[in-house]
Amino acid sequence: MSTLDRTTVPADPDPTPTGPVPVDLDPSSTRRPDTSRPRGRVTRVVVGALLVLVTIAFVYPFVWLVSASLKPRSDVFDNRLIPETLTFDNYIEVWNAAPMAAWLLNTAFVTVMATLTVTISSSLVAWGFARYRFRGRNALFGLVLASMMVPGAATMIPTYLIWNSLGMVGTLTPLWAGNLFATAFYVFLLRQFFLGLPTELFDAAEMDGAGHWKVFWHIALPLTRPALAVVALFEFQAAWTDLMRGLIYLRDREDFTVPRGLKSMLDQFGFGGEWHWELVVTASVITTVPMIIVFFIGQKQIIQGVATTGTKG
Amino acid sequence: MGDLGREVSLTAPARPPGTDAATRRRRPRGRGRHEGRIALLFISPWLIGFAVFMAYPVLYTAYLSLTDYDVINDPSFVGLDNYRELVADEKVTLALRNTFVYTAMSVPAQLVFSLALALLLQRAGRAAGFFRTAFFLPKMTPPVAVGVLLLMLLNGQSGLVNEFLGWFGINGPNWTTDPAWVKPGLVIMSLWTVGASVIILLAALQQVPEELLDAARVDGAGWWQRLWHVTLPIISPAIYFIVVVDTIASLQSFTEAYTAFFGAGNTTYSNDAALFYAIYLFQQAFEFLHMGYASALAMLLFLIVMIVTAVQVWLSRRYVHYTGDTR
Repeated sequence: MSTLDRTTVPADPDPTPTGPVPVDLDPSSTRRPDTSRPRGRVTRVVVGALLVLVTIAFVYPFVWLVSASLKPRSDVFDNRLIPETLTFDNYIEVWNAAPMAAWLLNTAFVTVMATLTVTISSSLVAWGFARYRFRGRNALFGLVLASMMVPGAATMIPTYLIWNSLGMVGTLTPLWAGNLFATAFYVFLLRQFFLGLPTELFDAAEMDGAGHWKVFWHIALPLTRPALAVVALFEFQAAWTDLMRGLIYLRDREDFTVPRGLKSMLDQFGFGGEWHWELVVTASVITTVPMIIVFFIGQKQIIQGVATTGTKG
Repeated sequence: MGDLGREVSLTAPARPPGTDAATRRRRPRGRGRHEGRIALLFISPWLIGFAVFMAYPVLYTAYLSLTDYDVINDPSFVGLDNYRELVADEKVTLALRNTFVYTAMSVPAQLVFSLALALLLQRAGRAAGFFRTAFFLPKMTPPVAVGVLLLMLLNGQSGLVNEFLGWFGINGPNWTTDPAWVKPGLVIMSLWTVGASVIILLAALQQVPEELLDAARVDGAGWWQRLWHVTLPIISPAIYFIVVVDTIASLQSFTEAYTAFFGAGNTTYSNDAALFYAIYLFQQAFEFLHMGYASALAMLLFLIVMIVTAVQVWLSRRYVHYTGDTR
């Protein structure tokens, strides 16, 4: 296909950062296969073989995990691809051994709340920075960027003390409520996107009598859907997989999230779970599967989002 | 909100319609103070969050680091005692060494590996989408599950990795129990979740102008020379980004190692070789409730991250190459 559209450097007279540049991630559309040269075919075979090998190395741990979860305890480590004795007992057993349903519900609740709140709050803040000029804007936005550098450990203890003084330790609230106040990284991402939208559109709407809120909610936000999807997917993953907050804030077993619960099973079953490998493996599958589903639903947005964060960094 | 909207609609027509696009790209002036108030409303969630969950905690951590505090009793001021203790604490030395060694191993390993995979992907042709998915998938795995997989796949007796090594007559080490092999084992697991870096580098590779590579080829540059003298300089901003992000993440790495080697309850097993700084800090704060001491540890980590970042910024001025960039 056309090699031209990639090689021509876009002449952009506007020195302000523009919205996410669509990142071309499809190598087949831009690279010529080098079959023209004599060594081309050998190279292609080697490249193909390496790709397949690496793919096996990357995917096999999942296969191993699922396969192990379908084996009786004694066979977990036999490393067979197809279980010699196929059994679903572990999945029944793990439901009895742990309040798995409660853990899944807790995690779903935290994840949905975290995702909703951070997406809304971050887009509000990003809009404030992208649309309006005000005194101290650049300094404040500098603070947003600088706050991304602060390690979590530097705020972890006082944050715990705040939730503790509110009587929230032992509840699920500290796992998501911080997201009401936007997250620097998402503010950065969304602001970039807003800056790429044509200002004229919003000016015109304002001239037609639309208020600030209306311009944001009914015009800007719908146009931002692709970026919102990226933010939501990133946060969904972050919230679902987080262990640290679960360790800090959750006390009773029934209140655990799935990652926290999985960790508690490892602790409960001896040296890193060795008395009941089969249950630990099964719980790991249950913890992981929702993320795999999310990935296959939002694959395009996730990969596009990751690529954008890199080129914008 | 409605009131504000109407107010604006009254002032808006004052703007001459059809002013040329260049001057209208930035918001017109004359409404500065009013807009400022609206903008403050929009950014207020972050302002509150920054004050309550960032500025105040950092300052309070600094204060707590000068106290003895166990959550139950009020903090009692002890001056620099925590810092003196920290310097003498052998576990701090151990944790710092572990963390630095792990960072020094994992960051280059992840970079080289992800670059190799991105270069492979670039030549994958029509199937690139499939391989890209396969390479990224492990990144979706919850870190706790990665910790479990580490214990399973790298198990010294019957783990998959050692079985694989056995095919080539290699007697694999006890990755999960031999102190010399715990960190290499963690590095291997970190390579499994390198997908995001691969995507970022692949995106950067697509930006390398084909005619530059062609010109180099015509001049007789081999594959390696083209990579070293053309491709890498052009994608250096992406490499820099990955190195910065990975370094900061490695210095704070917690979940995989904590899951596999530490814990509460019946687990008394712990492995000094996997005692990362963030793990020791967490233990001091939330297992032993030494909040004052843990705050001093947090301040030190903060300082280390700042220094490392500053060094990287300084290095980037020398080695990172921004071309045709509008930033």
